[in-house]
Amino acid sequence: MSGLLTEAFLSSLLTGAIVAAIPMLLAGLGEQMSEKAGVLNIGIEGMMLMGAYMGFLVAFKTESLWLGFLGGILGGVLVAIVMAVLCVRLGLNQIVIGIGLTLGVEGLTALLHHFQFSRTYPRLPAPERLNIPGLTDLPVIGPSLFGRHLIVYLALVAVVVLAFLYRRTNLGMTLRAAGERPAALDVAGGNVLGVRVFAVMFTGAMAGLGGAYLANIGAGLFLPFMTGGAGFIGIVLAMLARGRPLWVLTGSLIFGAALSLATALQVAGSTIPTDVIQMLPFAAVMLVLVLFGRRAKLPAALGAAYERGAR
Amino acid sequence: MTMQDDIKSVSAEKKTEAASTARSVNERSAFQRILTLTVGPIIAAFLLSAIILMLVGVNPLTYYGYILERSLFSGLGLEQTATRMAPLLFLAAGLIVAFRAGIWNLGTDGQFLLGAVAAAATAPLLIGILPGWAVLLVGFLLAALVGALWSVIPALLKAYQGVNEIITTLMMSFLGVLLASTLVKLLFRDPATTVPQTRTLPVDDRLPRLFDTSISSGLIWGLIAVLAVHLMMTRTSFGLRLRMVGANPAAATHAGLSVPLLTMATFGLSAGLAGLAGASEILGVAGNVPANWNPAYGLMVIPLVFLARFNGFGAIVLVFFYSALMIGSESAARRLGVPQNFTLVLVASLLICLGLGEYIDQHKRKKER
Repeated sequence: MSGLLTEAFLSSLLTGAIVAAIPMLLAGLGEQMSEKAGVLNIGIEGMMLMGAYMGFLVAFKTESLWLGFLGGILGGVLVAIVMAVLCVRLGLNQIVIGIGLTLGVEGLTALLHHFQFSRTYPRLPAPERLNIPGLTDLPVIGPSLFGRHLIVYLALVAVVVLAFLYRRTNLGMTLRAAGERPAALDVAGGNVLGVRVFAVMFTGAMAGLGGAYLANIGAGLFLPFMTGGAGFIGIVLAMLARGRPLWVLTGSLIFGAALSLATALQVAGSTIPTDVIQMLPFAAVMLVLVLFGRRAKLPAALGAAYERGAR
Repeated sequence: MTMQDDIKSVSAEKKTEAASTARSVNERSAFQRILTLTVGPIIAAFLLSAIILMLVGVNPLTYYGYILERSLFSGLGLEQTATRMAPLLFLAAGLIVAFRAGIWNLGTDGQFLLGAVAAAATAPLLIGILPGWAVLLVGFLLAALVGALWSVIPALLKAYQGVNEIITTLMMSFLGVLLASTLVKLLFRDPATTVPQTRTLPVDDRLPRLFDTSISSGLIWGLIAVLAVHLMMTRTSFGLRLRMVGANPAAATHAGLSVPLLTMATFGLSAGLAGLAGASEILGVAGNVPANWNPAYGLMVIPLVFLARFNGFGAIVLVFFYSALMIGSESAARRLGVPQNFTLVLVASLLICLGLGEYIDQHKRKKER
């Protein structure tokens, strides 16, 4: 255990935290928009997994990471279209369809992967990094904070952009109205279903991108069921963040750090079972809920389908 | 026989009820409704999945035929299917209570596993100290208690703070799965084996088997659990209270019901039944809990209970159907080279098609009105 506080250990811990946090951040940001607009998107795990699968497949076939990310976005959006049609347009139960889509994508991607690659798991080449001269050379934080793939910085930009969008733009207001008082939005001439469809599509794109990051950068390969609950954590992050993108970022970093700690301790030869360390992020969320649960406010119309004219 | 008769008479009642309301509202026959609500979607789902199978180059007829043959038309397969039903039935019972009371208990996997560990940790140690039936009873009771205890935090948060139980139960589920694994590795590990797992309950000390088959009698207990829960929710005043809370908590408060207490009771019952599911799998079939074991039955049963529209009889039929699919596709996977995960695709398309069927039905009724 004495070797824990070395520079290499801390650096890899920080790197791991960021790599683990980005997919959850993207998924959480996406889910947040859905929830604002009143759609509880339980299918996000499936959207992520489809993004991971399509992202990897495209990147592997075209040998281009950027096309891979586009493929990931497309995969997430494809699942989101189904969700939008069934839950927003037709008003079917969001929990049933969400769980159904997640299960279906789990089976479908495992099936497709099996028939494409049989039992092999081909790897992508290591991604190129954006090295910022000067900053990357700093000890410990240099390589972990400033030597990342461009997509990491784009995700951080998305946090700022979304925060601005929610607070200062008409679209932000419209989204909130669709989640809090859909009927009022309808009367004011807004298009509740249109806003909700847009939000679900955005969620699919973000979750798909997160999945593609997980497969292409985090792991460098696709494994069936590889999201392993990251989408569900995204839902939790969005619920805890109470509509604020910055809180999603904070939460995903805490989750990422806890997950990375588990791997790092394992590498360092710790005797604590990894299960115990993996419990940390979930325990942290429960603690936050016990302490501040009363304040976790969700949109009034979350989970309820909206039908024009029916009030 | 009597139980079967009961089922028949109750379902006949349901049918006439449904038919008469359908007739009074519109002219469409009950037959048409059944077609749009169940038979049609099931056929549609199988066709949809068949297309996916054909796309990956597998003959769907061979695949479906093999599943049927392996799970229903072979003696051993049928016995395995019936045995697999036991834990799923307990889980379905737990979910029916929760969903009817408007509580989204999505944490049954954690409750199931901790119940399983509780049963696996105690039962092998009690052999010789207590008579066989008492060993099993203690195992079941402890599993129910542990499962229920694991839902106390979400229950308190929901009942007294109004915290959404979807997040809390999911979080507790992840925690429970990991905790179960830790307990197996650290506290309840069998010192006699090299792979981390709990002590094994000898086959002779497990739940007795039915007649001359390999079917675990857990099946009977599971059926009783579902039927008891169904009757409790539909025929007793306690069930009515729970359903009132589920339908409209504000109105229930107004009617003088203690919503927080009823919420706590719902959580306790639901999670306790999930714990029993774990015990039935361990004390009836598996005998021990290996480290990192998580069959994820809980998440799978949620859609089944939805599909059954929270009805106990419907749930039994669907659980039977799903067990057969699981058992059949396990052998088909080995034999035809189709990953077992294909079952998930089938279940998902069923969910979506049944949802669509319901939508079409509602739409038609509205038009006719």
